[in-house]
Amino acid sequence: MNRRLYDKLIFEHSRSGRHGYSLPANRFDRHIDELPESCSRKDAPALPEVDEPTVVRHYTNSSTNNFGVDTGFYPLGSCTMKYNPKINDALAASPSIARLHPLQPADSVQGALSVYWELQKALSEIGGMAEFTLNPFAGAHGELTGLLVIKAYHLSRQDAGRNVVLVPDSAHGTNPASAAVAGFKVVEVKSLPDGTVDVEDLRGKLNDSVAAMMMTNPNTVGMFEKNIPEIARIVHEAGGLMYYDGANLNPMLGIARPGDMGFDVMHINLHKTFSTPHGGGGPGAGPVGVRKGLEPFLPNPRVVKNADGTLGVVCEDTSLGRISGWLGNFTIYVRALAYILGLGGVNVAKVGPLATLNANYVLNRLKDVYELPIPGPCKHEFVFDGLKDKSTGVTTLNVAKRLLDFGFHAPTIYFPLLFHESLMIEPTETESRETLDSFIDAMRKIAAEAISDPETVKEAPHDTPVSHPDDTEAALHPVTSWQDLCAAQNS
Amino acid sequence: MLYYLPTHEYARIEGNIATIGISEFAAHQLGNVVYVDMPEEDDEVTKGEDFGAIESVKAASDLFSPVSGTVVEVNEALVDNPRLVNEDPMNNWIIKVEMSDPSELEELLSPEAYEKVCEAEKH
Amino acid sequence: MSAHRYFPHTPEDVTDMLAACGASSLDDLYSDVPAELRLRKPYELPEEMSESQLRDYFDKLGSLNRRMVCFAGAGYYDHYTPAVVDAILSRSEFLTAYTPYQPEISQGTLQYIFEYQSMMCALTGMEISNASMYDGATATAEAMIMAVNSARKKRRILISATVNPAVAEVVSTYARYHDVTLEVIPEHEGVTDRAEFEAMMGAGDVAGVIVAYPNYYGIVESYDGWADICHAAKALFIMNCQASTLGVLRTPASLGADIVCGDAQSLGMPLNYGGPYLGYMCTTKALMRKLPGRVVGATTDRNGQRVFVLTLQAREQHIRREKATSNICSNQGLMALHTAVYLSLMGAEGLRKINDLGYGGLRYLADGLAATGRMRLKYPERPFVNEALFRVADPLTADMVLEATAAQGILGGVKVDECEILIAVTEMQSKEDIDRYVSIVKNIKL
Repeated sequence: MNRRLYDKLIFEHSRSGRHGYSLPANRFDRHIDELPESCSRKDAPALPEVDEPTVVRHYTNSSTNNFGVDTGFYPLGSCTMKYNPKINDALAASPSIARLHPLQPADSVQGALSVYWELQKALSEIGGMAEFTLNPFAGAHGELTGLLVIKAYHLSRQDAGRNVVLVPDSAHGTNPASAAVAGFKVVEVKSLPDGTVDVEDLRGKLNDSVAAMMMTNPNTVGMFEKNIPEIARIVHEAGGLMYYDGANLNPMLGIARPGDMGFDVMHINLHKTFSTPHGGGGPGAGPVGVRKGLEPFLPNPRVVKNADGTLGVVCEDTSLGRISGWLGNFTIYVRALAYILGLGGVNVAKVGPLATLNANYVLNRLKDVYELPIPGPCKHEFVFDGLKDKSTGVTTLNVAKRLLDFGFHAPTIYFPLLFHESLMIEPTETESRETLDSFIDAMRKIAAEAISDPETVKEAPHDTPVSHPDDTEAALHPVTSWQDLCAAQNS
Repeated sequence: MLYYLPTHEYARIEGNIATIGISEFAAHQLGNVVYVDMPEEDDEVTKGEDFGAIESVKAASDLFSPVSGTVVEVNEALVDNPRLVNEDPMNNWIIKVEMSDPSELEELLSPEAYEKVCEAEKH
Repeated sequence: MSAHRYFPHTPEDVTDMLAACGASSLDDLYSDVPAELRLRKPYELPEEMSESQLRDYFDKLGSLNRRMVCFAGAGYYDHYTPAVVDAILSRSEFLTAYTPYQPEISQGTLQYIFEYQSMMCALTGMEISNASMYDGATATAEAMIMAVNSARKKRRILISATVNPAVAEVVSTYARYHDVTLEVIPEHEGVTDRAEFEAMMGAGDVAGVIVAYPNYYGIVESYDGWADICHAAKALFIMNCQASTLGVLRTPASLGADIVCGDAQSLGMPLNYGGPYLGYMCTTKALMRKLPGRVVGATTDRNGQRVFVLTLQAREQHIRREKATSNICSNQGLMALHTAVYLSLMGAEGLRKINDLGYGGLRYLADGLAATGRMRLKYPERPFVNEALFRVADPLTADMVLEATAAQGILGGVKVDECEILIAVTEMQSKEDIDRYVSIVKNIKL
């Protein structure tokens, strides 16, 4: 990564009279200026006027301010930042799909529907589910969709009083937020000191108002919930359903399936476990799987296999409704299917163990200098509660920022909320031992610096394109557009 | 007369008017306040229910009303300068409410009882 | 040898690393997983494919798709994607980055989101844009929730019957489960019925009103005075707008909109059988703290350098949990980059030319079809941009037209009714394509 900031905005390259578009000549007689004045824009939108080479150079330079999986190691806990295979991007860019309109008749898009169908089938096999919908656009959208499946299920049984979703106190904030958007009340279930769900606390909270229990497994501290059969049994006995948040599915590949653990509904983050690129925050995909019997509640539209073996798209009355304009982020499925086929069943099953090996290796080589509140073995990730030596005043935030100087992305910090100084590390199966060793060296060096030269750590980062931004000023007086910037300069 | 809720809102009572804000303790815990979401004049508030929210860079909390009644004044100074809450939360109140049921005050915490709540949270 | 090219582990690595963990096998690391939960049999998945096999596999599937000259719209339009956009989007630094939570090493992402926000403000005339959302339908549903949250106690939302039905269905799903009462303002001759709207507002308790611009039939409805009626009732005026047409249409801001949202697919995003596209959402400064999703702001770093950060985060789900404005914790990052690059290339002038080409083509098609006596504009007096509703004259039906065009490799539009077809024209359909469409219709045998 470039250490120097490229600091221009495209607006700062604009010069009246330049253009970067290429359009066919207009051979028609009638023109848009016929539009009545009452419908027409008075002033042209203030977009930049730039030539093509300037656009290319601007965005290329801007990209050098960024860190990606292709530039370096991204030990972000709970984010599964694995390598994104290039062949998958190439296949997703195929001209045979670029111009397919979503409302084309099914007989003209059988190839596209096959991608949907095959991925749906593969995910069902891996998740131990009966069917997946690929329509949800992201993990959070999948959670919402899955919870709506659960709501539609209870409503179909005239069991309308179930308005509570149970969520462990270690859960990511998205779980309670999704439950609230789905119209549920959220009740937290306590964790035991080892980070797993307190079954006794859960038992006390189960009653006929409970619609579902939402869990990740392994949970957010990277521990396998070994009481899961018991948890599933008592939730089911109380009439609730089990929801699996697939954020942490990666270490389970080749080991166990959520369906076999007793989960009824689950979502998968294709941008985590199935290697589709994060794209700086999206587009992702959050397919939702259901066990047998819950398929009728999946969102519209649904891809189905017709009697003659062709694929069709249908909308059904039993469905929870529509949650996306069409069938979701299609080019993301192409990538995920290509990833599964490129690995093959045998290697898909190796993903989990290798990811878990990497995590345990890092854990074991750092636990003498960082505080490990929950002893291993962990699964794909683990949490340190800051440095072991707390006397130096060096915080988790300081360690994270200092890592940037060593060319690594920071781990997830201050999550989960169970510990004050959470530092959550997830090295995926695509990281080599050498990469892990150099990360371990950097982490150990920072721990040593915290004692010998704490100020250097506290002032970090020192070697990045920019230094620490003033967040307070940004939130107090938000400047969120070029127009705001210009107004601020003029005042 | 000064009363508190365990959620750190205070109510200073003068006649039938309750002046409501957040405690010194809460202001310190939040850190730099960047925004206060306030109701409008004439809005109804209910004891124990939220009437707005207060945000710092890294946190946000609902504001709960210690009393029921009608909002008669909101502190407009906080719109442009929310940090006033950090500087002097007791004088930089958030809303004034004309109480509909002053007997509700009996259920609130005294300054001494509230002090104990803060002590407990520090540990 | 390592098991696969995506896994760097040699057998020696595995042995050494296990030793460092005090384990003797990979299975040891899973000793806490109860035996009865372990995978009972190998996955029933296809065998590993090499890259060339993967290409063959997807080529074969691709050959089962039919590429057609696309006159279909209904919210998704066949526009050209400049090669520059693909080249920039494939930059690894952009493509493989995570959410920009570490601003020191994410200025690339933060800069383009800031540019994207600025461009959406320029198009809509609004004061603030978020960093983007999933698609136009979900963005409109989020706008509804924002209106309900802003109104605190009111939970009634009105939506025009002229909103795209797919969008309306998504809004209705969110409403149903979010305890929002959603009522439809009826349509009258292709536009929202103003008298009905005023009557429904009169009944009180409305938190927001959702209209489409242009509407589902491609008509540019006049919303003069609508915002005033909404504001008098303390309701928000929400406009769902097709992004590219904002290059020529009167701005939603000048019509008094409080929230502007919709799909930005029409800004040159490949159709890709449904996605990814981009949902945008803009609002006023007054409502900025209620805006769901991410927002990027400018500030300074310790050296006084202008830098960009994620801001207004306190309302987001990772802090507010169940009290968050939305459960969204991502945006369509890469598609926001697409939009920024596309609009940089097009500029205001390019956007106007695109609208001009679509409009000219559609008028040319309408004239040609009218001359056949078999299809005509259903609402010839209403203003439209690049899409319009056509009526098929008896005994011809919509299906007959769509089948006849499909047989010649033309996607003839979207059927709305037995005798109505929605047709869109963009810069991608040549004059010759349009002539062909007309001649196919002329030659349908009855």
